Amino acid sequence: MREAEKQLSGVRRVVCVGSGKGGVGKSLVSATAALLLSQRSRRVGLLDLDFYGPSAHLILGAWDLMPTEDRGVVPPEIHGVRLMSIAPYIGEGPSALRGSDATHAMLELLAITRWGELDLLLVDMPPGTGDEILDVVKFIPAAEWLVVSTPSKLSIQTVRRLLLLLRETGSKIMGAIENMAEGEACVEEFCRAEGVQFLGSVPRDPKVERAIGRPELLLRTEFARRLEAIVRKLK
Amino acid sequence: MHEWALAESVVLTVLRVAEERNAARVLRVRIKLGELQQVEEEIFSTALRELSKNTPAEDAEFSLAREPAVLKCNRCSHEWKVERDKLKPEEAELIHFLPEAAHTYLRCPRCGSPDFAIESGRGVWIESVELG
Repeated sequence: MREAEKQLSGVRRVVCVGSGKGGVGKSLVSATAALLLSQRSRRVGLLDLDFYGPSAHLILGAWDLMPTEDRGVVPPEIHGVRLMSIAPYIGEGPSALRGSDATHAMLELLAITRWGELDLLLVDMPPGTGDEILDVVKFIPAAEWLVVSTPSKLSIQTVRRLLLLLRETGSKIMGAIENMAEGEACVEEFCRAEGVQFLGSVPRDPKVERAIGRPELLLRTEFARRLEAIVRKLK
Repeated sequence: MHEWALAESVVLTVLRVAEERNAARVLRVRIKLGELQQVEEEIFSTALRELSKNTPAEDAEFSLAREPAVLKCNRCSHEWKVERDKLKPEEAELIHFLPEAAHTYLRCPRCGSPDFAIESGRGVWIESVELG
């Protein structure tokens, strides 16, 4: 645990991207936000804590990049983003991890990763409100939370549960982003009712799928353009 | 090397213990090395010595003992020991950095399940610290 604290000591801010629900675009939002921030000359790290379906390396086209050994491990840098994930260690195999295994894996990654000096570390959280969320709340209490929801009632209901959990644990909630927006301001209304800052909407963009693995293409999508307006608010 | 990060963690902890107990010197530290982590003892010992220089642990004796990696299947309850030399080198290297990667590469020898618990032999820990 002390080693993890030491490795994060040069990180000015940790922002977790969560939703509680899978498939709402957390990984795309966090990876694209990392690229956008890096373009703005910010020193950015991206930590993928989805041990069961890591995606950040796929989005950034970094499937064959390994961290390098140097008194721990130094994350590879892709388009200026320092990326750490379980993916280099498990390849394409499944992660049959139970709760305590996930906690150990998280602590191990936090303890070995030498982030160096970062303005911002984005953490791509897995779905659910279980081990990984509780572990981040426990081990990185200063982390702030950025919540992603689609306009679907199913997503909003799950986000509500996550917000309740975060509030009960005293976590700082930065605000919410609506992904795959389709006209109605469902998430904005929800945020108003919940007293959470609504940071903006990102539309459903079919061009994003083709841009996966190609950061330069991803940055030219409408998705990235709209996300940029939101990222500017991450001061 | 990863051994250096592990050694740094050990030395930091030992020095904190010494400070908390107002001890002038650290005499002896007994460390357990889990087999699953496959720590290279020579590199680890060198790192401990180097990192302890000019600290109250400079002359401490660091004794290392290995703990066998024992896994227990959550499906059929079979228990087995991981034999280091039977692991593929590339998989052993990945497990060295992240012991939980074992769940991706190892299987229960009796029923083939990847669902097992690491009963012992995970990580590196301090068993005792003697202060002077």
